[in-house]
Amino acid sequence: MLHYTLQRAALAVAIVFVAISALYMVMITLPGDPTSVLLGPRATPEIRAEFRAQMGLDDPVLMQLAQFWGRVLSGDLGTDYYRDRPVADAVMGALPHTVALVVGAIVWSATLGILLGAFSADNRNTWLDRVSGVLSVGFIAAPSFVVALYALLFFAVTLGWFPTIGAGEPGDLGSRLYHLALPSFAIGLAWVGYVARIVRASMLEALGENYIRTARAFGLPRRKVIYSYALRVAILPAVQVLGVGIGGMLSSAVFAEIVFSRPGIGSLIYDSVSGRNYPLVMGAMLVAIGFFVTCALVADLINAALDPRHRKLS
Amino acid sequence: MKPFRRTLAGRLLADPQAAIAMLIIAALVLAAVFADLVAPYDYSAMNLADRFARPSADYWLGTDNLGRDTFSRLLQGGRIALYVALTAVSVSALIGLALGMIAGYGPRWLDNVLLFSFDTLRAYPTIILALALAALLPRGLSTVIIVVVITSFSEYGRVVRTQTLSLKHAEFILAERAMGAGFGRIVFHHLLPNVLGPFFILAAMNLPVVITIEAGMSFLGIGVPPGTPSWGATLKDGFDHIRTTPWIIIAGGLPLILVTLGFTFLGEALRDQLDPKLRRGR
Repeated sequence: MLHYTLQRAALAVAIVFVAISALYMVMITLPGDPTSVLLGPRATPEIRAEFRAQMGLDDPVLMQLAQFWGRVLSGDLGTDYYRDRPVADAVMGALPHTVALVVGAIVWSATLGILLGAFSADNRNTWLDRVSGVLSVGFIAAPSFVVALYALLFFAVTLGWFPTIGAGEPGDLGSRLYHLALPSFAIGLAWVGYVARIVRASMLEALGENYIRTARAFGLPRRKVIYSYALRVAILPAVQVLGVGIGGMLSSAVFAEIVFSRPGIGSLIYDSVSGRNYPLVMGAMLVAIGFFVTCALVADLINAALDPRHRKLS
Repeated sequence: MKPFRRTLAGRLLADPQAAIAMLIIAALVLAAVFADLVAPYDYSAMNLADRFARPSADYWLGTDNLGRDTFSRLLQGGRIALYVALTAVSVSALIGLALGMIAGYGPRWLDNVLLFSFDTLRAYPTIILALALAALLPRGLSTVIIVVVITSFSEYGRVVRTQTLSLKHAEFILAERAMGAGFGRIVFHHLLPNVLGPFFILAAMNLPVVITIEAGMSFLGIGVPPGTPSWGATLKDGFDHIRTTPWIIIAGGLPLILVTLGFTFLGEALRDQLDPKLRRGR
């Protein structure tokens, strides 16, 4: 297990390193001069040249890359030239909001998805099973930003049950959760479908196992066997799916943050893109990719710890 | 000749889910092809006297803040969605097919290199990468296609690689090689046809994903150029005036949900028909 953990962790680090390096190289080699945007169209060539030199834009690409990683490893993600603040502060200020959103989405999708999947498996091949099957596909098919827009329109604008904008009062947990409910639901809904289908399939498999039959033969109640014994095994694949799904949830979070006007990594990148605010874009990308790869790694390790058959290296 | 019921199309039509799926997809294709004939108005014609008009006999799905007919714009949007989906999926699928077969059939080190790059590309969250690249590339459908290709060809590559790898040492391939078949014959005549099944299923399943990405990017203002009636752009118009034109949001979301549902149903039906082994898993 230790060997496997180290190998997986090394791979994750390598992936983040290559992914960010590639993006950085593309950013600095493609045309589109950040100086003209930052200094305005009326800046003289001299001012521009000085600014370029100051930002290190004239150095060879590989050297810029090395310097970039040197700075990143010492905790310096550069400066946001627009608002004159360290990028690390901006990104770290936004990250908790996005993490809360993703965690909220996982809570929604895990609880609703596992319930729906277990319910389907319990009532397999009845009309209830078929209805929840169609529901699951419907959830998966609805694009997250359409769900976010519909949720905003019906539950916030029309019915007024939930707030339409913002992330709530700082320090007030109740208000934060209240503001979190709709956006995280919009992100999580698709994953309710995925989780339900996976849980149903693996639960049907588990119900055919000998130890389940043994438990039934011992006279344990049906409900207890299904919802306690079989479900415990059936949840495993759902963990894997959600771990890999965090990348998709991060993409959905961009929409949820914009539709509900919430702060976060997505809206941070969204706001910095139009201004070609490269340092901020790079910093936010680094954090987003790092977060995603870490989550996928953790999900993989949890699975490997619980089920040794997963420890095969592909 | 096999009776129609036994052919792939016949078996698909017998499956109610697949039949509904094909109905939706046929409607989308017809709407896209005949958009100009069916549309009651020019999709870009502004009629300032009828701004914010509610759905009525004149304007089936109402108008937007510039008095443009929502229904006509959605019809035109189907054309954009279909165009982007077909182009982007073909390009990324072909790149993935080639790289996947190289990884599966080629030397071990090349396999490792390609597998690592597939893993790396998978680490980019699609929409966030789209935003980052939007800072560099011009706004337009080609940017959407580039983003889709970058983030999705690795998926095809992985599937094709796994399939190729499992066939590489199959007995019929060994026998073929023992009889002196060349590289080209083995790859194109024996490996390729066996790889195509899962490959087409994945492509069908990816069409709605691409449509969603295009709509999402256009919603964020980094997809189609301003004024183009992509579904995402229409939704953005509705979102900007959510309190005055809620009908645009409701009507604009429906085709996206329906089309995604259609392609997902079709992909699953195809998977069941082409790969009976997977049928148990559902």
